[in-house]
Amino acid sequence: MSLLSLEQVTIRFGGLTAVAGVSLAVAEGEIVALIGPNGAGKSTLFNLVTGIYRPTSGTIRFDGAEIAGSPPHRLARAGIARTFQNIRLFPGQNLLQNTLTGAHTRGSWGLAGAILPFLPAVRREEGLLLEQAMHSLGVVGLATKAFEPAASLSYGEQRRLEIARALALSPRLLLLDEPAAGMNPQEKQSLGETVREIRAQGVTVLLVEHDMRFVMGISDRVVVLDHGVKIADGRPGEVRDNPAVIEAYLGHRGVGHA
Amino acid sequence: MLIDPYIQQILISIGIGVILAQGLNIITGLTGQLSLGHAAFMSIGAFSGALLTIRTGLPLPLALLAGGVVPALAALAVGWPILRLSGDYLAICTLGFAEIVKVVFLNLELTNRAFGLTVPQPETTIPLPLLVLLAALGVTLFAQSVRSSRFGRALMAIRDDEIAAAAAGIDVASHKLQAFAVSAFLAGVGGCLYAHVLGYINPSDFGFLKSVDMLAMVVLGGLGSVPGALLGATILGAAPELLRFMATYRMLVYGAMLVALMVFRPNGLLGGINLVEFVMRRSGRPPRRTGGSP
Amino acid sequence: MILQQLVNGVALGCTYALIALGYTMVYGIISLINFAHGEIFMAGAFAGLLLVAYGKLNLFLALAGAMLVSVLLGIGVEFVAYRPLRRASRLSALISAIGVSIFLSTLAMLLFGANARGFPEGTFPSRQIDIFGAQISSLQLLIIVTAGVLMLALELVVKKTRIGKAMRAASEDYTAAALMGINVNLVVTFTFALGSALAAAGGVLVGVLFNAVSFNMGLHAGIKAFAAAVLGGIGSIPGAVLGGIVLGVAEISGVALGYSSWRDAIAFAILVLVLLVRPTGLLGKRIDRKV
Ligand SMILES: Nc1ncnc2c1ncn2[C@@H]1O[C@H](COP(=O)(O)OP(=O)(O)OP(=O)(O)O)[C@@H](O)[C@H]1O
Ligand SMILES: [Mg+2]
Repeated sequence: MSLLSLEQVTIRFGGLTAVAGVSLAVAEGEIVALIGPNGAGKSTLFNLVTGIYRPTSGTIRFDGAEIAGSPPHRLARAGIARTFQNIRLFPGQNLLQNTLTGAHTRGSWGLAGAILPFLPAVRREEGLLLEQAMHSLGVVGLATKAFEPAASLSYGEQRRLEIARALALSPRLLLLDEPAAGMNPQEKQSLGETVREIRAQGVTVLLVEHDMRFVMGISDRVVVLDHGVKIADGRPGEVRDNPAVIEAYLGHRGVGHA
Repeated sequence: MLIDPYIQQILISIGIGVILAQGLNIITGLTGQLSLGHAAFMSIGAFSGALLTIRTGLPLPLALLAGGVVPALAALAVGWPILRLSGDYLAICTLGFAEIVKVVFLNLELTNRAFGLTVPQPETTIPLPLLVLLAALGVTLFAQSVRSSRFGRALMAIRDDEIAAAAAGIDVASHKLQAFAVSAFLAGVGGCLYAHVLGYINPSDFGFLKSVDMLAMVVLGGLGSVPGALLGATILGAAPELLRFMATYRMLVYGAMLVALMVFRPNGLLGGINLVEFVMRRSGRPPRRTGGSP
Repeated sequence: MILQQLVNGVALGCTYALIALGYTMVYGIISLINFAHGEIFMAGAFAGLLLVAYGKLNLFLALAGAMLVSVLLGIGVEFVAYRPLRRASRLSALISAIGVSIFLSTLAMLLFGANARGFPEGTFPSRQIDIFGAQISSLQLLIIVTAGVLMLALELVVKKTRIGKAMRAASEDYTAAALMGINVNLVVTFTFALGSALAAAGGVLVGVLFNAVSFNMGLHAGIKAFAAAVLGGIGSIPGAVLGGIVLGVAEISGVALGYSSWRDAIAFAILVLVLLVRPTGLLGKRIDRKV
């Protein structure tokens, strides 16, 4: 059974239909890439899946349960984590704090934990979260910078930190919105390895990316959106040779342009 | 008491200031929600605590507890609708709420309308000034604990980016509400202490300028910083007393000081300084490791 | 009777509106709640009073003089206390504004004493005029007409002049306006000048209406007028006028119904209720957040 499935999902902003009747399924353990020209509706689709927008119509299921319209924090609790196209870190806080916040759903002590910080149970939980956060930083290769402020990182590092923060949630489904944007070729390569490693640990990955080499090299399946409509869905090779896709891209800009 | 009454007065004023500042810092500094009406919670705490003492002769610690719980409940009630508002709209709503609370107390028979309440000196085993300072210390430790807890991290995440916070699984609305209530609780405790120490309260004591005073303490020290709130409250808690010799010029200096401070240190005295890091650097240990990434 | 109260309310509302316009224009451009604006209003009232009492000017000349004094003060305050903080957090600028407010009101107390002062007798002939059965005082008429004229003038300045157009561009998008080569500093100065002039007019009118000018009149009127600006939708010029008049009428109605001791609560209760239903005020733009 698929972990995530969309059926006839549509969202309109005023007169603009940003996503139009998209149906899509992502199976457990898959790496699926979502591509399409600028303004195709890719980020909007992420926002629909993570509860930031509510679809105008259609159903979205995660692990069998209907989730359209649930608030973002519920969906995070259910195991959906994401990164943002326009990086949204907590810039004044250090890497560890950023990632610890990402591990929020792994703990349960709230205000009471702040009032009674010395309780063994509270301290145990803090230790656990710390471990989780350090582990996630390790996965993206930023553990050595744990105590630096997030704002001091390079662009590529900030993107990796966002991934670490999302991983700290121990997600079942990870959504990456243009994770390779602004990275140099080496960084992209190591990012690709990281994503594969994440999948190897049982996390399903849905990613938006403009860099075709990156997309073709990493994904099991590629879904193409254009003007909010799904125009192709298949193995990377098939999609690349699909005339409709070429047409969509040529109408905007060349394939492979990062 | 061994200490001279003048110093005692200053210490009390600082101690109460610290409690108020740490409380406001939780909602405004950590959670990023500007409250311009915190004096309302202070006054609700002051009046409910004072009434309990007058009517039932409850021991001070219990009156203090009630003085915190009542405003916390009030914060839950008003916070639920208004915390959805963003930024300045929230600020003006808290301001409006405070004005309404003031008018309500001015019209309420129970609290003796505009005449205010005279509160009997409470019987305590520890001297009152010491009690105030202990309470201030306790509140400061609590504030520090909040900052380094899972709860506090959620609040700071909300302050920095609500959308990213929600995506990390943080229930933004519920956390804002809790922070508001905790903050109101502390303002109420501060107000209740104020009532018992001063022996007299009047609804007009808790006007807009009182809210501004609290905010100034927090901003002076550095928003979100626990030592900053301590420092800000100490300076501004003592300033009116220390500047008393200047009599009428006092508020003139105070106003000019606020402007100068903001112009020259817009992030507050301790804003942007990480104390732990600062101490580590002083003690010769490298504050950050700057190894290359693998 | 109802007409009577309506006129009373509109007259009071016009004074709120005159002050609220300054809040709303400044906020529209630099997103600052200019807390010292109430003190600019107070300074205008004092300037008008002094010009009438000692300068022996007639009310209209004094009004113009007061506007000039407040314009200079407003520009000065912006230059000293806000301009250096243009890039700092908005809260820092807010605290700075509060500092200015405390400073100016204390200064006024030191200069003019703690007691309210009245305009000399006969500054403006006060008589009752009967219009459709409502007793309207010449003072109320003065306020409504003056406020109306000033607001029309503001409308012309904002819509028709170059600098007015620059103002609107800057309030639409400050950064874009700066990039397009608009001298945003000049725009900000001009905005403070306009707002201060209107506030000063409000100050003189309020001083004449209640025959009282005092050092602390700015705090109260300022908070109310700010509430009016938010009620109307902050950043919106017609909103400020509407908000002021709605608050004025609501307050007077409350008083007429016998709730005079609840007067201050009425204005804020309305504000809070409106914001809950329309989170950006009556005429404010909805803000859509894109992710
Ligand atoms: N909240 C919103 N309100 C109005 N329009 C919106 C909103 N969010 C997205 N849109 C519009 O929906 C369309 C799709 O935007 P989206 O960000 O999903 O594109 P995208 O495929 O991610 O593009 P890019 O590759 O540039 O990131 C755009 O025209 C955008 O302007
Ligand atoms: Mg996008």
